[in-house]
Amino acid sequence: MTKAPGKSTRIGRKPRASQGAVAAAPASPTFYLVEQEEDAHGHGSAHASPTPLGFWIYLMTDALIFATLFATYGVLATAHAGGPTQLELFDLPLVALNTAFLLISSITFGMAMLDMYEGKKRGTMGWLVVTALLGMAFVGVELYEFGHLIHEGATPQRSAFLSAFFTLVGTHGLHVTFGILWIGVMMVQVAQRGLIEANRRRLMCLAMFWHLLDVVWIGVFTFVYLLGALQ
Amino acid sequence: MSHVPAPAPLNPVFGRLTLESFPIHEPILIGTFAVVALLGVAILGLMFRFRLWGWLWREWLTSVDHKKIGIMYMILGIVMLLRGFADALMMRLQQAIAFGGAEGYLNAHHYDQIFTAHGTIMIFFVAIPLIVGLVNYVMPLQIGARDVAFPFLNSLSLWLTVAGALLVMASLFIGEFSTAGWLNYVPVANFENSPGVGPDYYLWALQIAGVGTTLSSINMVTTIFKMRAPGMTLMKMPVFVWTALCSNVLALAIFPVLTGAFALLMLDRYVGTNFFTNDLGGNAMMYWNLVWIWGHPEVYVLVLPVFGIYSEITSTFSGKRLFGYSSMVYATVVITILSYLVWLHHFFTMGAGASVNSFFGIATMVIAIPTGAKIFNWLFTMYRGRIRFELPMAWVIAFMITFVVGGMTGVLLAVPPADFVLHNSLFLVAHFHNVIIGGVVFGLFAGMTYWFPKAFGFKLDGFWGWVSFWGWVIGYWVAWTPIYIVGLMGTTRRVRLFEDPTLQPWFIVAGIGALIILVGILAFVIQIAVSIKNRDKLRDTTGDPWEGRTLEWSTASPPPFYNFAFTPVVHDLDAWYDMKDRGHERPAKGFRPIHMPKNTGAGVIMSALSMILGFAMIWYIWWLAAVSFLALIAYVIWFTFDYDREYYVPADMVAADEAARRALEARA
Repeated sequence: MTKAPGKSTRIGRKPRASQGAVAAAPASPTFYLVEQEEDAHGHGSAHASPTPLGFWIYLMTDALIFATLFATYGVLATAHAGGPTQLELFDLPLVALNTAFLLISSITFGMAMLDMYEGKKRGTMGWLVVTALLGMAFVGVELYEFGHLIHEGATPQRSAFLSAFFTLVGTHGLHVTFGILWIGVMMVQVAQRGLIEANRRRLMCLAMFWHLLDVVWIGVFTFVYLLGALQ
Repeated sequence: MSHVPAPAPLNPVFGRLTLESFPIHEPILIGTFAVVALLGVAILGLMFRFRLWGWLWREWLTSVDHKKIGIMYMILGIVMLLRGFADALMMRLQQAIAFGGAEGYLNAHHYDQIFTAHGTIMIFFVAIPLIVGLVNYVMPLQIGARDVAFPFLNSLSLWLTVAGALLVMASLFIGEFSTAGWLNYVPVANFENSPGVGPDYYLWALQIAGVGTTLSSINMVTTIFKMRAPGMTLMKMPVFVWTALCSNVLALAIFPVLTGAFALLMLDRYVGTNFFTNDLGGNAMMYWNLVWIWGHPEVYVLVLPVFGIYSEITSTFSGKRLFGYSSMVYATVVITILSYLVWLHHFFTMGAGASVNSFFGIATMVIAIPTGAKIFNWLFTMYRGRIRFELPMAWVIAFMITFVVGGMTGVLLAVPPADFVLHNSLFLVAHFHNVIIGGVVFGLFAGMTYWFPKAFGFKLDGFWGWVSFWGWVIGYWVAWTPIYIVGLMGTTRRVRLFEDPTLQPWFIVAGIGALIILVGILAFVIQIAVSIKNRDKLRDTTGDPWEGRTLEWSTASPPPFYNFAFTPVVHDLDAWYDMKDRGHERPAKGFRPIHMPKNTGAGVIMSALSMILGFAMIWYIWWLAAVSFLALIAYVIWFTFDYDREYYVPADMVAADEAARRALEARA
């Protein structure tokens, strides 16, 4: 939050009359932006693109949805209802492998962005492919894990704990799936139009989205799996 | 497990939608349907008669102009106000006659739907659209911007809200609505207790509208941070912009929680999970906590912008700069933060314990401090001002008197021991109607009266405006004072019949009060019609009919679609007053092409697909759900391949608009 610059903006202290007197002396100041430079970059050179800020705010709302799911899991984690517990269900080595997939995918997306900033279209595309493959591996392992749990009778309907577990982890998995779809769309668009400004902006948003999923996953891994293994 | 949905075999084409889903045995609904259908046919007939479809599509439905979107939000809010108020009248009538063994005229199932729909509609489809509409219309003008940060997103937000409203309206004639109260409380809304479509209508309508509200808030916050005119630092923003900012930041902090809570309830109802069930570890109070983490701040999401409206009006009609601008800003920020820390006071009776209840009780009472500071700021703004008692100012004064009472009963309810007695009573119902009608609704009418000439170029008719004002103000007090009293005596809310005949006079008086409010509402509708008829007499050619102080009054009324031919430069708070004070001169030449967003029908199409998806899910029409979901995804992807979304307004056109404005001013 910007601070009020200087004393002149202190409101209610300065009587109107004195201001009138001040204003009468110099020539009337500029009240309209007449000499605007050529508006070549879209929204007027006075304003940078609002998209990064807007997308950041969206990401924060998404983070709050995850916060809601984390809180729900926190409340319901011990509500096993006589069913299986974390200790009986979680396969930590498998989850660790999955965590590695996702963390590495964040690095590869970083590589894609570095190439994008250098204007290397082929490099960008290559790293995007690697990222998408790692994402698919992550989703694949997660689906395998879910299938395994359901096969053992640990379904989302079995207990409130399992409802919360499947929903939290599944929502993250859905986000990753959506991210993979988005990577696919972006690859087509970069192939069609190259690394134009609009595509760079979109890729930057996608990168932020992907990294946020990484951050959320670190929370899931710690809070759900590691803490579950300690119980 | 015991409550996995769909035990009966489903029709593969229509899901659980059958002929019995239509309430043909309910004469009240049939009558309502007949009236709605007649009105609908009449409107459709007029549309065809005057060939208005193309105009409607090009000028309105596909518009990304924040001003038109704002107006459409307002129309939605006013139409839904009529629906929500019809529900209120039905409840008042039922409660006025259902005494001493009389059953009244509404059966229990119908009555429960009515109080649920009334609350849902009034908050989600009246208050929110009216607030969002005003912010949409006014805020970009006040910060000297040409549009919002994401014009297409703005259109999408509007139509998603409309889609949600249409689903709620559809529940009136196809199936039923929820009976679980306006927050769709579990365990009533659990599948085992409400296996019908009611809660599903509620959930899908509000999820779709909620996405719209969230996107709109992202848009408004980004707009305020990125699109302000040069020179407008944060502490030079008009108070309405500040309150809009805080309100939207708060909305961003709470709507995701509501989305999450509703999503979990949907999973319970569709998949058979156990978040809020009564067995297998489910916890109904988890739902209450989540929805109230949304619910309490939500009233501040509504009331903060309204505080901004009161500030603008008080300052303008007192002819003075707002007293204590910075304290007003800080009070707004403090309320924003505190409002997030009080949700538990909605269920002190949950049994969280004395320490928890004390924390939330004290936090609640503390909110009265910044709010009181605001009241004093308005009073001191009026003090020694040259007050013009025009209609907007009258609303401000009615607000200050009414709202303070509501605030005090709120502090009373914040005391946990008192709340244990008053919880779920009509005293509580009277309290929140006191603050919502006396705060939000009065402020919306003040704002609509104040900014109407900006939006349409003519003032609202005075006589009918005053009739509406007195109808609302007198009606409010006559309707709700008796409810306060019976509530204090222990009458609980959401009750269809009463045993004790001594209560009946109070409910009859309350019913009369509701009828007086009806006069206020009808007068408002008449006011708009009369004003349109007499628009030439009420015309404002200056663009500044109230001697305004902020930038929206510096441009023409109605403003050109690009708002400002030249972006204004801000030097002081009350920028327009400063410009008038120091003799600004509007440039007559040097116009440049203006970069503007193109119209698009994508918002309407995406919302329509979302609505079909919602309807299909409500009725278990799985094939349609799958088709509409895939179509939605495909359409969104296809839409991202359109890179050409902006164009230039030629300088000649801007020059011509400006010449026309000067000609109009010269003639006046």
